[in-house]
Amino acid sequence: MEYIFGLEFIYLIASVTYIIGLKMLGHPETARRGNLIAAAGMTAAILGTIFLYEGEVPTFIYILIGVAILIGTVLGWLKAKRVQMTAMPELVSLFNGMGGASAALIGLIEFEHYHGNTLSILTILGGIIIGSISFSGSMIAYGKLNGTFQKPIRIPKYNIINNLLLLGLFVFAGYIVWSHTESQLFLYLLFLGALVYGILFVVPIGGADMPVVISLLNSFTGLAAALGGFLYGNMVMLTGGILVGSAGTILTFAMCNAMNRSLSNVIFGGFGDTDDTGAEGGSKVQGSIKKASVSDVAILMNYSQKVIIVPGYGLAVAQAQHAIHELEQLLESKGVQVKYAIHPVAGRMPGHMNVLLAETNVEYDKLAEMEDVNPEFNSTDVVFVVGANDVVNPAAHNDPSSPIYGMPILDAENAKQIIVNKRSMKPGYAGIDNELFYNQKTSMLFGDARKVIQDLINELKGM
Amino acid sequence: MTELIDFISNNLQMIYIVVLMIFVGVEVIGHVPAVLHTPLMSGANAIHGVVIIGAILVMLGADPENKLALSLGFVAVLLGTLNVVGGFVVTDRMLEMFKKKK
Repeated sequence: MEYIFGLEFIYLIASVTYIIGLKMLGHPETARRGNLIAAAGMTAAILGTIFLYEGEVPTFIYILIGVAILIGTVLGWLKAKRVQMTAMPELVSLFNGMGGASAALIGLIEFEHYHGNTLSILTILGGIIIGSISFSGSMIAYGKLNGTFQKPIRIPKYNIINNLLLLGLFVFAGYIVWSHTESQLFLYLLFLGALVYGILFVVPIGGADMPVVISLLNSFTGLAAALGGFLYGNMVMLTGGILVGSAGTILTFAMCNAMNRSLSNVIFGGFGDTDDTGAEGGSKVQGSIKKASVSDVAILMNYSQKVIIVPGYGLAVAQAQHAIHELEQLLESKGVQVKYAIHPVAGRMPGHMNVLLAETNVEYDKLAEMEDVNPEFNSTDVVFVVGANDVVNPAAHNDPSSPIYGMPILDAENAKQIIVNKRSMKPGYAGIDNELFYNQKTSMLFGDARKVIQDLINELKGM
Repeated sequence: MTELIDFISNNLQMIYIVVLMIFVGVEVIGHVPAVLHTPLMSGANAIHGVVIIGAILVMLGADPENKLALSLGFVAVLLGTLNVVGGFVVTDRMLEMFKKKK
């Protein structure tokens, strides 16, 4: 193992930029700079690895590396720049999968170079298993978020089958290590098995839990990168990988906490399984709903003192963030006090709504966090729920049989009037009924969020 | 067993780094507001793109005759680049929105 002082120094600096970058990402004022600092460190580490490499390398290999980086940069840049704000969560999942696949491929290539070295082979197989799971799992999560596979698919006894498969993968990997086999066939079988496990691991989990899954797979990829660092004795891979592995794990738990669920409940829980045999479906809500017309709602809002808007994923899907901002400004100009109540897990990722609304220049002090806004609902004339569902479901407070029981929610039901905009009566991602919709004080305003809000604006302008 | 002891004594430096980095990771993320969870995850996602260094090392050390290794390595570098570039750019775009506040 030959160390060049210059390269090691660059790696050290790069590792420090990752730590500082992550730290700065934790504060709104410094976040953007933190990201750029980490990116600069990464660029230095990549260039250093290429140009300070000791050893004879044919020119065409340099060209291949250059071409691969060029293609990757152009594709990654375009994809990231062109994506709509609503699709960002799934893009994170996509890029995460790419990293996992890269780690798995490294293992596939290096296997034949480390025969006889038990611990290196162990490291390589670990990288292949974790990287492949991260890749195929992220692809499924990507598909779930962009709507390709919406429904959780569960084969009977999926938990047992999945765990047996995982156990089988470990046993098989152990066999490859200790039998000292050089069989490439076995290696590719292990790779395939891990890919299948990644799919089966994510497929039964509902779409609402995808942020947690992506965060978990994110830390998996970190671990796979760190294993690569171990294999090569490469410090920057080791520090970067472990840092993400550890930070990602903490982040995963933080997200679970925000939903008041345990990680094992997310992964094995079969959340929102309405057609289940009753054990966890939550009780059915009985009653009738009231429909409201756009002009009813416009009049109601026009003569209110205080309106709180509860945005959810439906707002993002309908691209209604600009419309809602316009509605908010219009109401304010009419002397109505308007606020947004942001549930920590509204949308498809924590902070999703903040990002979306920040895009439209909504003033920061209008975005109220759950704990701050909950006591205010009592004094609120109208709550306007736009495309949100589970985060305002009172079952979280009063139905112990509900799968979301215990989750902190926005107490929209305390307001004097509740207007709910949805496209239909379809349940939310948790797949459970919402008694709020059947509340005496609730009126439903069906339709696409952007169109409905636009109609409201037109009505209000005429008043 | 001797292999394990050898491993530990030979790699003590790396083991130290692993243990310390775990704590750094925990410390760095603790008490971050939920609002920043998504950008933070996205930023961390870009950082594990460091796996590209491994992919580059595979290519640099590959036998020029081994077409399979070179093709897989090529794909690994490409995917690693996607992870790095896409990850950082997407994070920047998310944070750009936060910056607009006055």
